[in-house]
Amino acid sequence: MNASLLKLVAQRLALGLMLIFFVSILIFAGTQMLPGDVAQAILGQSATPEALANLRAELGLNAPVYQRYLSWLVGLLHGDLGTSLTNGQNIATAIEGRLSNTLFLAGCAAIISVPLAIILGLVSVLYRNRWPDKLISTITLASISVPEFMLSYILIFYIGVQLGWAPSVAMINSNMSFFAKLHAIALPVTVLVMVVLAHMMRMTRAALLNVMQSAYIETAELNGLSRFKVIWRHAFPNAIAPIVNVVMLNMAYLVVGVVVVEVVFVYPGMGQYLVDHVAKRDVPVVQACGIIFAAVYISLNMLADIFSILANPRLRHPR
Amino acid sequence: MKKFRKSLTASMLKSGMSRRAFIARTSALGVGAVAANSVFGRMAMAQEPVKGGTLRMGLGGGSSTTSLDPALIASQVPFHVVRAYGEQLLEVNADGSLNPRLAESYEASDDAKTWTFKIRQGVKFHNGETMTAEDVRQTLLRHSDEDSKSGALGIMRGISDIRVDGENLIVEVDVPTADLPYLLSDFHLAIQPGGGREDPTAGIGTGAYKIVEAEPGVRYTFEKFADYWDDSRGHFDTIEMTIINDATARNAALQSGQVDIVNQVAPRVAGLLDRAPNITVDHVAGRGHYVFIMQCDQPPFDNKELRNALKYAINREEMVEKILRGYGSVGNDFPINESYPLFDDSIEQRHYDPEKAAELYKASGHDGSPIILRVAETAFPGAVDAAQLFQQSAQAAGIPLQIQREPDDGYWSDVWNNTPFCASYWDGRPVQDQMYTTAYLSSADWNDTHFYNEEFDELLLEAKGELDQAKRKQEYSQMAKILRDEGGLICPMFNEFVQAVSTDVQGWEENGVFELMNGLAPVKCWKA
Repeated sequence: MNASLLKLVAQRLALGLMLIFFVSILIFAGTQMLPGDVAQAILGQSATPEALANLRAELGLNAPVYQRYLSWLVGLLHGDLGTSLTNGQNIATAIEGRLSNTLFLAGCAAIISVPLAIILGLVSVLYRNRWPDKLISTITLASISVPEFMLSYILIFYIGVQLGWAPSVAMINSNMSFFAKLHAIALPVTVLVMVVLAHMMRMTRAALLNVMQSAYIETAELNGLSRFKVIWRHAFPNAIAPIVNVVMLNMAYLVVGVVVVEVVFVYPGMGQYLVDHVAKRDVPVVQACGIIFAAVYISLNMLADIFSILANPRLRHPR
Repeated sequence: MKKFRKSLTASMLKSGMSRRAFIARTSALGVGAVAANSVFGRMAMAQEPVKGGTLRMGLGGGSSTTSLDPALIASQVPFHVVRAYGEQLLEVNADGSLNPRLAESYEASDDAKTWTFKIRQGVKFHNGETMTAEDVRQTLLRHSDEDSKSGALGIMRGISDIRVDGENLIVEVDVPTADLPYLLSDFHLAIQPGGGREDPTAGIGTGAYKIVEAEPGVRYTFEKFADYWDDSRGHFDTIEMTIINDATARNAALQSGQVDIVNQVAPRVAGLLDRAPNITVDHVAGRGHYVFIMQCDQPPFDNKELRNALKYAINREEMVEKILRGYGSVGNDFPINESYPLFDDSIEQRHYDPEKAAELYKASGHDGSPIILRVAETAFPGAVDAAQLFQQSAQAAGIPLQIQREPDDGYWSDVWNNTPFCASYWDGRPVQDQMYTTAYLSSADWNDTHFYNEEFDELLLEAKGELDQAKRKQEYSQMAKILRDEGGLICPMFNEFVQAVSTDVQGWEENGVFELMNGLAPVKCWKA
């Protein structure tokens, strides 16, 4: 049985790697289709024909596409992401700091939102169709319905500017202590928690309710077990697979989808970095970010699959 | 009385206080304007710079793609960074005069073709080396090299020889150039050790502040350079520049006290922001202008009557009021305003005249097909709204203007300079010669209106070498009229720099050469 499990996991891993490979082709092709070219974008309105020609030659924009793709791929396999065209920075070093910032923000949001969402989901099933259930649904649905930037501005205005409880701009740097950093990111974390909470909470609730209709739950109830015990001991373990799935989706969102929040709170993360370089046609950076985002997304989904397989023995035996 | 007060206010504006602050303070003191004027005279004298502290700036116009190479500056943040760590030979003062910095003094030969700059001695670079005339020479050579990517390449092109003679640097130009010192004040031309040839991005200069941390697109930190040569500058111990491109976030950071200075305040929120305690919104007339560009050699704009019909069909006053919310002034279809030395204010102002526009439109014989104006918000803030106002006012004159929205992405590469009619902006240049040479000379790199006029070119060349200022003014005035009546530029408005400062920042000056006191706020201000 262990062997078959390993085989399944290995299959998923191989599939993931293949996906990343195909994504790399897509990303490369996509960046080639952007209008304008990087030399023009770097020099902007101040581009003279000479300066343009010089810059193009220097950036190696004259080589054919497939050649550039192959050399990029080879570099990638060696862990070399290349250098930024616009400012000559090493992309790997530049991304290192950014990625850890984004992961820090996403991690803080996840540590709060995941347990909170599951607890709220459990509570709303426990009090199904009574006021706690309705209250939880109303609040989480309201917060997910407001666009992120709006939510951010509301928090900036009331909590940052009016009350002064937390900084309105989440500037963090390496010299800050851990707690200073936590204080600095209080507002963006709050926004992110509010944004992802509803999805995970609703999924938890729905998955649990689904399981609650099973015959064995009825049996447990007829045996006189308390409602909490039924939900926690008997229903929840069987609802883990869909919950893990939605949790992973939201984790992926926290890493790759926080562009708006990062921009509004001036948070030095991946999103802001990507946006800046897309605007300048800094192709190697866009490609590097694309690959990293794709890898995060694919591996989180893979993790979700593997967790589901572990949690549900039936999935190990394909019909 | 109202008029009297207005003129007084105008004189206060020049002496360094915003109109709003002036009115607020005079009424708060309950004194008449004249008394208030003398009160402020004393206060200004009593202010002694306070040393120490940190200045925190929240700046829009930065991105993680920028480098520290002064040659590649193309947006606000790298400009402010280079102003803090580097210096040029000269600077332009608020009144348009020159302030010698790394050049102690300068003089021209009678024919304005040979310029001698006396290089300041004993100035140290941040790496401990002493700056020499050779460093200056190498810097200028690097920017004038035809292989250079420098933004200053265009203005360096007329230089034929640069040589060192002891403490002097001698610059020779092909044609007489009366404004050469102004050209050399260009912010790209920060003097670097060895000209910055080996490592242009090292961030080493002679400025009041040394770069400590440089994270492009995130923040820059500086500390006072202990060996800085000029005691009257660099009052803060440290400076932090944080890049905040989101306008709302920038204003919020100022309101919540996270930063002391912000740039690029949107006109529509400036009034609101000014009402906040401890914040002063400062606005200063500059040389920047928002324009619509017609290419004079492309149909239907190769027709002078049609071009002029469109110029009469735009309502300038309305645009200043609605797009700039009053933070600006009307333009007159040439790129020069009163901020420039030698501006001729007697040139008649063009106004919205639908009848005349209709008449000219008829005379142009245009077939009535829609005239397509391409526009994107990136052209200038409010560009799309401005185009719609233009469309409406043109419609009243019977001119069928059609707006085509373009994506911000790739606007400068695909639309601007590539289509016959689009929206654009210019930052302006320190002097008329540079503005005209950059964009209206037939051979100019950025002749985006495709304006080819021999008479204009000849006048420009003459004025370039003319040392007699009265004659020069006349020549510029003549050029302005040619451009206004023949050119492809529709210039409805000059925008002001609107910026906001915490009230404990002292030493603020009104300098409209560029935003934030021409970038000198961090080196000239201090905190009370």
